[in-house]
Amino acid sequence: MKTIHAKINGIAVEVPAGTTILEAAKKAQVRIPTLCKHPDLKPTAACGLCIVKLKGNPRTFRACTTPIDEGMEVITHDDELVSTRKTVLELILSNHPADCQTCGRNGSCELQKLSADFAMREERIPRHVCDLPKDASTGSIIIDYAKCIKCGRCVQVCQEVQNVWALSFLERGIDTRMAPSGDISLAESPCVRCGQCSAHCPTGAIVENDDTALVWKALHDPNKFCTVQIAPAVRVAIGEEFGLEPGTNLTRKIYAVLRRMGFKAVFDTNFSADLTIMEESAEFVHRFANNGVLPLITTCCPSWVDFMEKYHTDLIPNFSTAKSPQQMMGVMTKTYYAQKQGLDPAKIYQVSIMPCTAKKFELERDTNMQASGYPDVDLSITTREFARMIKQSGIDFLRLDDEEADSILGEYTGAGTIFGATGGVMEAALRTAYYKITGENMPKEAIDIQSVRGLKGVREAEINVDGTKVRVAVAHGLANVEYVMDKVRKARDNGEPLPYHFIEVMACPGGCIGGGGQPYGVTDDIREKRIAGLYQDDRDCKLRFSHENPEVKQAYAEFLGEPLSEKAHHLLHTHYVERPMYQR
Amino acid sequence: MTTPTDIIKQSPEDKEKIRTRIQKYVDRWRGVEGNLIMILHDIQEAEGYVPREWSMELAKALDINLGRIYEVLTFYTYFNLKPCGKHAIHVCTGTACHIKGSAKLIDELKTRFGFVVGETTPDRLYSLNEVRCLGACGLAPVARVNHEILAKATPESLVEKIESLEKVNV
Repeated sequence: MKTIHAKINGIAVEVPAGTTILEAAKKAQVRIPTLCKHPDLKPTAACGLCIVKLKGNPRTFRACTTPIDEGMEVITHDDELVSTRKTVLELILSNHPADCQTCGRNGSCELQKLSADFAMREERIPRHVCDLPKDASTGSIIIDYAKCIKCGRCVQVCQEVQNVWALSFLERGIDTRMAPSGDISLAESPCVRCGQCSAHCPTGAIVENDDTALVWKALHDPNKFCTVQIAPAVRVAIGEEFGLEPGTNLTRKIYAVLRRMGFKAVFDTNFSADLTIMEESAEFVHRFANNGVLPLITTCCPSWVDFMEKYHTDLIPNFSTAKSPQQMMGVMTKTYYAQKQGLDPAKIYQVSIMPCTAKKFELERDTNMQASGYPDVDLSITTREFARMIKQSGIDFLRLDDEEADSILGEYTGAGTIFGATGGVMEAALRTAYYKITGENMPKEAIDIQSVRGLKGVREAEINVDGTKVRVAVAHGLANVEYVMDKVRKARDNGEPLPYHFIEVMACPGGCIGGGGQPYGVTDDIREKRIAGLYQDDRDCKLRFSHENPEVKQAYAEFLGEPLSEKAHHLLHTHYVERPMYQR
Repeated sequence: MTTPTDIIKQSPEDKEKIRTRIQKYVDRWRGVEGNLIMILHDIQEAEGYVPREWSMELAKALDINLGRIYEVLTFYTYFNLKPCGKHAIHVCTGTACHIKGSAKLIDELKTRFGFVVGETTPDRLYSLNEVRCLGACGLAPVARVNHEILAKATPESLVEKIESLEKVNV
């Protein structure tokens, strides 16, 4: 590729042809402010903050959309540019409510930060804020149209990254809004509650529904026995809220802080991830050996399940009936654990800490989510809400001594922890399926199944199981799903051999570690670090196969019988139905 | 207006009827660049507005997302998403018309007839809408009453025009 030589503020830079000025400036250690460009997304030149000058040209250019050219001399900061940027900010603020203290993004808002950096002190332009009502219809995500700065990130992520099309760019000029098309609520729209819009929004226009007050209320209720579970992806991301590097594994400090907060039993969703693998791999091996419906498609991701029930209904028979780890943990707590401890399940209040906004929705999907006779999980909060709770609690989180999870639902293997990364469920399932088919564990050097790892949108691999080739596919980011599903349909309709035997889908880019409820500011760089944190946790585990988890074995021996038993079916499996849907 | 729930409950026959009619417009503009707008024009011409169920069937016929259609429909103030009155009155509020006094035209209609911008009168006779722009800036301020352009309109000339409209039974 051609290399471009240019100068930014007099500093020479060399970049590949096609690099934008915004990107090239980073090479000269220059930061150009922007509110609309996100590293995950294409530039849209919406906000107007990234303007720069080119020597010998009277115009200004937007750095996010202007490719740098040979010999270009770029000026990114001078009195005029800084003063224009300040005016742009003033104009944005003139359409933005001044209620930072009560906003969901207080302290994490990109607009608030830039206003602070630019020392905005006066309100020269009278405020005109739109008076559209908030949309809280989904219970997972809240849209506050008044706080929208029309950057378009949410629309791009919803339409292009997720292919969901719940949000569109409607109206124009001062009336522009990012909203479901046709005057409907978000709940009526194709929204799958993945929350990627909230993760990409620079302001408080789209935020998760904060349930932290409900958790405190339950914790302070003497009649409730509060239990809690933490998802794989939470442990390697929560540190970012406390100034640590992405990928720092805080599992044992999380156990400690939860106990101090008042939870009577601290469980780990990694345990139920191992349990999910027991059921799902049994399901796979059963279908594989008995000419059952293949490919088997994973269903741990509630956004994906919702998406499938709306748009891929013909593949419902291919869906694994195994519940997600969140739900398995819930039902096991209120049945097995309650019996073992002699507790009244009606008094147990189960909270889940998830990287996910859709998990709030999963709790009430259907009556199968109450297999224990009670809501299996009572409340789900995101990593961001959990961080807020720690800060409210006054506990010096990072200085706590490490603690262990409670038994019997706390022990986990490396296979459970990698659920949080795209490809992780597939890898964990293959490790156990291999054992179930061959009767022995994978050779040590083969445990890390590299071909299903990474951040490529779709990864296809062939795994050798004792001479039999198992073809698998892993997709993340819902826009990548179509390719895989269409390939399956085409083969099915033409009577061709199956392209795959086993498919893993996660709605969010990167899998759960990039979930819509994770700490803000995610980029591929951060996703990779969080994923590396989980793979490190996997390698550090003494046990790396779900079927070797001693507590899982005990649960089967004492309570469940064996995978796919009648009891397991009743408690740990669900079914799917076509959902009549307003159109995408 | 139809709600999403109504649409889900809509019978296959009703959908088929709409589909057949839409196909006519789709065929008419097949292969023409920018045909979405032309088809939406045709639908509005025939129905007086662009109903939700029509947009939904059109999305399928053109194999585009419904959101894309609504992005176009809401961008242009010309398109109506709700049924309109017998007589459509548009007052241009583009830059030229604004400077030449379009606000006075709208004020007159509000006070004299009780019209509300963006709404249809309860007797379903008149709809008043603002538009930007009618592409006739040289004639500013401009109003459009049904298909007729009123050049260099004054409150008086606009009132006169509206009072001259026949009151058809609806």
